[in-house]
Amino acid sequence: MNWYAVRAIYRFEMARARRTLLQSVVSPVLTTCLYFVVFGAAIGSRITEVEGVSYGAFIVPGLIMLMLLTQSVSNASFAIFMPRFSGTVYEVLSAPISHYEIVLGYVGAAATKSVILGLIVLATANLFVPLEIQHPVWMMLFLILTACTFSLLGFIIGIWADNFEKLQFVPLLIITPLAFLGGTFYSINMLPPVWQTITLLNPVVYLISGFRWSFYGMADVNVALSLAMILLFLGGCLTLVWWIFKTGYRLKA
Amino acid sequence: MSSSSLAAPRATRRGDDTCVPATDTRSAQAVVRVTGLSKRYDDGFQALKDVDLEIRRGEIFALLGPNGAGKTTLISMICGLVNLGAGQVTVDGHDVVRDFRAARACIGLVPQELHTDAFETVWSTVSFSRGLFGKPPNPAHIERVLRDLTLWGKRNNRLLSLSGGMKRRVMIAKALAHEPSILFLDEPTAGVDVELRREMWELVRALRDNGVTIILTTHYIEEAEEMADRVGVINGGEIILVDEKTELMRKLGRKQLTLHLQEPLDTVPASLSAYSLELAGDGHELVYSYDAATDSTGIAELLTDLKAADIRFRDLHTEQSSLEDIFVSLVRESR
Repeated sequence: MNWYAVRAIYRFEMARARRTLLQSVVSPVLTTCLYFVVFGAAIGSRITEVEGVSYGAFIVPGLIMLMLLTQSVSNASFAIFMPRFSGTVYEVLSAPISHYEIVLGYVGAAATKSVILGLIVLATANLFVPLEIQHPVWMMLFLILTACTFSLLGFIIGIWADNFEKLQFVPLLIITPLAFLGGTFYSINMLPPVWQTITLLNPVVYLISGFRWSFYGMADVNVALSLAMILLFLGGCLTLVWWIFKTGYRLKA
Repeated sequence: MSSSSLAAPRATRRGDDTCVPATDTRSAQAVVRVTGLSKRYDDGFQALKDVDLEIRRGEIFALLGPNGAGKTTLISMICGLVNLGAGQVTVDGHDVVRDFRAARACIGLVPQELHTDAFETVWSTVSFSRGLFGKPPNPAHIERVLRDLTLWGKRNNRLLSLSGGMKRRVMIAKALAHEPSILFLDEPTAGVDVELRREMWELVRALRDNGVTIILTTHYIEEAEEMADRVGVINGGEIILVDEKTELMRKLGRKQLTLHLQEPLDTVPASLSAYSLELAGDGHELVYSYDAATDSTGIAELLTDLKAADIRFRDLHTEQSSLEDIFVSLVRESR
């Protein structure tokens, strides 16, 4: 195991986040806070409680998950896309480093950044609404697993994309709509029966539901199913990454 | 550019990420061995055709070839940037696919293009390279490399603020950060001024003196002529020739004797038809081509016959064909 290489990539990526603190940390935290203000205070004042939880507190897990998904994908995709775009990826490809170690460095850094952001948003939310976390260990597990899974997805997108438009395509046009429609701001039990069934096709529903369960002990779907969905998605992403390195797709001629 | 302490290879620690020769007695001489290497890209372009090549330990090997000849593909396959097609490559006895860690740990690569992380500082980007190649931090070594490349004063500068020549030096510093025993330089002096080019030549010689094997591709034949111990010529994906530079110039180099005539000639007299003579300069110059490697060049006989034919000259000089002439001739012949 080339730990020095993993550390070098990890530290390089974390240093990039520190250099771009406004974009990396302040911007997503501010955006999430605006959601609290608009949805929690303005709309929440008209919706008293959802299944016994105040609306402001109810949306917290969904908002953290929304930020976690988009930031994980953006961070990891940008991390590998930029070396490809600038040509500096030659150094990583010619170094005595295995595919796993490359992924560990880039995805590990992206997931770390996302988890830190998630915890900052959680702390910020606590300033607006009273929070309780019934299952803190599960909360951290869901947070870390989701961050790793979507960072892997971002890594795949960063290799697939050959321009900046494609790089933004998945986070903006797929992840964000799925998160909005996946129960961030409502319980799927509030939907008509037909839409409840259709919504179950949205994988983000399972992530938000499981994460919300770790806070309030209530879930739209069985928590075991949520965990299984995350693991399934994680397995799918790992398989795709393995294939990318095996074939050299978009990395090696 | 100082050349006092340039990155000599130090195989002090045995491990996957350290350059240690494999226990293959054949590798003692050939540090890079390419056998039957072929490469066809997805678009059908055959970049390499059954290439065999051996690079000797401690030499400066110049790989010459026109654009699209396969130089960069060959280097990229050895360094792991391009998937291997048919064939095998070993570096210091290590197969570059099966034993990629040990093979790549020996190699430093300076690519043709200036690929840099614009917002990184010189120090951080060179330190990053060392870590990437599995070496523990060694500020003293990084400082030595930066000083040798006259980059020490710029160590805290961001790369975007550096000139093209400075960026080129940073690329070399990055390649030397992990103390490689083999250095690939792909067009190292492309686009740099004459002064910096000469400094780079000094640097390359200093590296070789410290035991580093250098493989360079270049368009500047003058560069190969100045530095290389051996020369390989590649064209159309095939190695046309590999030889010692001096031997190559001796065998394939031609010498010419030019006589500046007192009276111009319309044609070469029939009495001199036994000699390889050509008229130049509107008949004012008689050019005699001969093989300098043979015992008898024929010059003495020619001068006697010129006197007999009453052809007088006021001056004469000789010229030897350069490596460039040889290269152009070889590439033309292979087409």
